Amino acid sequence: MGELQLPAIDYGALAPMLILFGAACVGVLVEVLTPKKARNAVQLTLALVAVVAALVAVVLQRDTRVTTIGGAVAIDGPSLFLQGSILVLGAVSLLLIGERSIEKGGAFVSQAAITVGSQKDLRQAGGAPGATEVYPLTSFALGGMMLFVAANDLLTMFVALEVFSLPLYLLCALARRRRLLSQEAALKYFLLGSYASAFFLFGVAFIYGFAGGIRLENVQAAVANPQRSQVLLYAGFGLIAIGLLFKAALAPFHVWTPDVYQGAPTPVTAFMAACTKVAAFGALLRILYVAFAGVQWDFQPVLGTIAVLTMFVGAILAVTQTDLKRLLAYSSIANAGYLLVGVLAMNSEGLASTMFYLVAYGFSVLAAFAIISLVRDADGEATHLSRWAGIGRKSPLLAATFTFILLAFAGIPLTSGFMSKFAVFGAAIEGGQTWLVIFGVISSMLLAFPYLRVVVLMWLSEPGETTPAVSIPGFLTATALTLGVLATVALGVIPAPLLDLTEQAGQFVR
Amino acid sequence: MSDFPFLSVLTLLPLVGAAVVAFIPRTKAQLAKIVALAWSLIVLGLSAVMWAAYTIDGERFQFHESYAWIPSWDARFTFAADGIALVMLMLIAVLFPIVILASWNDVDQSRRSAPAYFALLLSFEFTMIGVFAAADIFLFYVFFEIMLIPMYFIIGSFGTGQKQYAAVKFFLYSLVGGLFMLASVIGLWVVAGHTFDFTKLVEATGSVDTGTARWLFLGFFVAFAIKAPFFPFHTWLPDSGGAAPAGAAALLVGVMDKVGTFGILRYCLSLFPEASRWFAPAAMALAVIGIIYASLLAVGQNDLKRLVSYTSIAHFGFIGIGIFAFTTQAGTGAVLYMVNHGLATGLLFLVVGMFVARRGSALVSDFGGAGKLVPVLAGVLFFAGLASLALPGTAPFVSEFLVLLGTFSTHKGYAVVATLGIILAAAYVLWMIQRTTQGTLNPALTEVPAMQKDLSLREKFVVAPLILLIVVLGFYPKPVTDVINPAVQATLQDVGATDPAPVVAADGKAGG
Repeated sequence: MGELQLPAIDYGALAPMLILFGAACVGVLVEVLTPKKARNAVQLTLALVAVVAALVAVVLQRDTRVTTIGGAVAIDGPSLFLQGSILVLGAVSLLLIGERSIEKGGAFVSQAAITVGSQKDLRQAGGAPGATEVYPLTSFALGGMMLFVAANDLLTMFVALEVFSLPLYLLCALARRRRLLSQEAALKYFLLGSYASAFFLFGVAFIYGFAGGIRLENVQAAVANPQRSQVLLYAGFGLIAIGLLFKAALAPFHVWTPDVYQGAPTPVTAFMAACTKVAAFGALLRILYVAFAGVQWDFQPVLGTIAVLTMFVGAILAVTQTDLKRLLAYSSIANAGYLLVGVLAMNSEGLASTMFYLVAYGFSVLAAFAIISLVRDADGEATHLSRWAGIGRKSPLLAATFTFILLAFAGIPLTSGFMSKFAVFGAAIEGGQTWLVIFGVISSMLLAFPYLRVVVLMWLSEPGETTPAVSIPGFLTATALTLGVLATVALGVIPAPLLDLTEQAGQFVR
Repeated sequence: MSDFPFLSVLTLLPLVGAAVVAFIPRTKAQLAKIVALAWSLIVLGLSAVMWAAYTIDGERFQFHESYAWIPSWDARFTFAADGIALVMLMLIAVLFPIVILASWNDVDQSRRSAPAYFALLLSFEFTMIGVFAAADIFLFYVFFEIMLIPMYFIIGSFGTGQKQYAAVKFFLYSLVGGLFMLASVIGLWVVAGHTFDFTKLVEATGSVDTGTARWLFLGFFVAFAIKAPFFPFHTWLPDSGGAAPAGAAALLVGVMDKVGTFGILRYCLSLFPEASRWFAPAAMALAVIGIIYASLLAVGQNDLKRLVSYTSIAHFGFIGIGIFAFTTQAGTGAVLYMVNHGLATGLLFLVVGMFVARRGSALVSDFGGAGKLVPVLAGVLFFAGLASLALPGTAPFVSEFLVLLGTFSTHKGYAVVATLGIILAAAYVLWMIQRTTQGTLNPALTEVPAMQKDLSLREKFVVAPLILLIVVLGFYPKPVTDVINPAVQATLQDVGATDPAPVVAADGKAGG
């Protein structure tokens, strides 16, 4: 065995990820080194500065098209665009995570290990400052997501999957209120997520057996010119797909979503709904468009069926929900279905429209959860639908904002939701998947109903005795909410700049 | 032709007005009303100038404006108006100040914020003008969808009775239609090679294969048929019309529903000529069923506002057969009917609204002999009723006559059955008038103080312009038909329909 040759590393191309991972490690040290009082401010600043620095690095790299570290990471148009989106959405999420003024001590528990309901626990629920580990955890998750969308071989992808999933499992368990629900959500997410990872890894093994390599270009070459049994290919592809479909919350692998979205602290839910979705679909795009494009005729009908199933499961079950966070969870499942419609177009429009959709949806969903975090009573957030009755009378501005976001989810014109739906449906018809668009349109009609029900409840019902007061948003939440709403308006009225950007970014390196 | 950007200014003007009115504090209700009225009068003034600037023998789409919007989809802010759109824009401009004046006191009773109501009315005017002025199909779709929002809140927040149910039903029905149209719009965009420009689309659809064109046509047709509303997609209208405040209901049937028939004329016929001819028999059949069915239901209605809604569905049946008869006479009649129906049914809704506001009930059985208490108001109701049943001398007569004449030359059977609708119309109108204003005085009426007050000066200003217009256009419709005629001819040329030989020479086998 000869001398081990280290592959060439393009540090410039990797800079955005290195910045975040570095900042996350520094964040761990900050936990030890800074006094407790200053910790929150320092950590938040550190995380935000890191995200902004990484974003600057992404922008500086905008013309880079390389594979590096021996082909393990591909920095190309889609990865840079998706990394940029993850960072922008991540920055907004960090603002929500950093909010400490709406509830005393913030949305996070200070010590998660204390037994729920014990004297100590009740004392800390009263206002002990929330855990500041959330910032390094979030930075790690963001870094992992960025690696996930840029991974050019299946093992790197697996590593990235674990790097961003593990912090998320932990973050889910840290809710200050309703801690049992939160811990249950975390456990559920962890167990199911581990299964999904195992499936993914098993699939990688099959594909290695089929292609004799794990780099996506090896797989692509093997698909084009198979040397070994196709059974290995289909088994491997199926198992890998399960892993990715789980992360993207596509039916029938969506069952964790409502429970986890409901149980997790609301800023974390927003973070998952916006950023995890970008990461999961980013990886799905790369796997399908780069590695397995040669067998698209085989998987298109299967994944198409999954898309239809997802849209309908999300739309129909959203109708029956009585909890707003669960309603938004099912709505996010349905939206994952629409995203898959865009992915399955399997053309450059499909790639561009899916990326547009991810950004547009990310901003809207961040705004939606920011609003939910504002409506609260003595026991924390009032997420039950009945509690929102007549809130339009008490807080017209909040209700108007939420109505606008719901209209965006329903795909009404002059919102980003309409433009993104139009883009993915157009791409799908262009790609010959008209049947998906027809089912997409039918499910959109169903999905309009739950949104409308919330609007009716807010404006047309009389406020009850129990209608909670709306908190004045703190500076951070107000900024996040404003950004989310502004993006939803802007992308609905003048989508051209972002559309152009997605089209310019629409080329994978192989 | 002037270079002034008429259509974009006309579209944006009410939106600015809505924003201004919305920011007036709710305690200054009177100010909000005055600003809203003044603003709608400015819009009317601008439309009048535009009407004067329109060249009758000029090109088909005038006041053409186009601004870049989404280059990668070739969607543009393109505005242009043909004769059909122009008369509809004029109708909108005329009706809005009247409705605002008519709604003067509506909001005071519902303890809701008056500025919000008038801001919603003005934003509704914005969407209405936009939908008729748009000449880019993407822009048209955008207006087609967002016009639901102000009306949804008007019905839901300021309506009466089952307002929530009606508002949601209204929204969902229209949204379902809109989504069918969305599928067709996307399909059209793909087959036409990524463009939304109307004239480019007309060229492109010429080479689309028949099957695809028919599917695309159906997507559009369903959306427009729900909006219009044609039988069997009409069931949302009686609920919405019944629950909406009277002024908004007048706009609902007077203006908004016309988007459906306008869309059929502009988009279904011009873009899919073959599919339109293929579907015409079915559309005519639906229209005729709609006339008879809705008239029969109107006869049996006890709720005044629902009754007027049903009469409106019947009238849309006439517009429907006029469109699909494919003769210039019938087509002109149909477009003229769209205008006249807006005036006549708008008036009817407003007068009924005045009755309902006085009595505090919309049930026919709660009235009786009201003419003895409020003779002038009863007289106006009588006039509105006669206009609605198309009595000669009123404007609707001209249009109904043209529709039936034009239809008769090509589709005798449909014309004959549709004529039965006229008889039923006489039945429901006269019955309604008889049971509300004639006969012995219902003693309960005398106990309602508001029933003792006849038309106020404000209400006279509401009804007078409409009565005047109905009479003038009844005797002298030429200014309107001159504008409509070339546009209808151009549309029929798109469909490839030729007029049958003059009626005198008709041998009964013409057309088909």
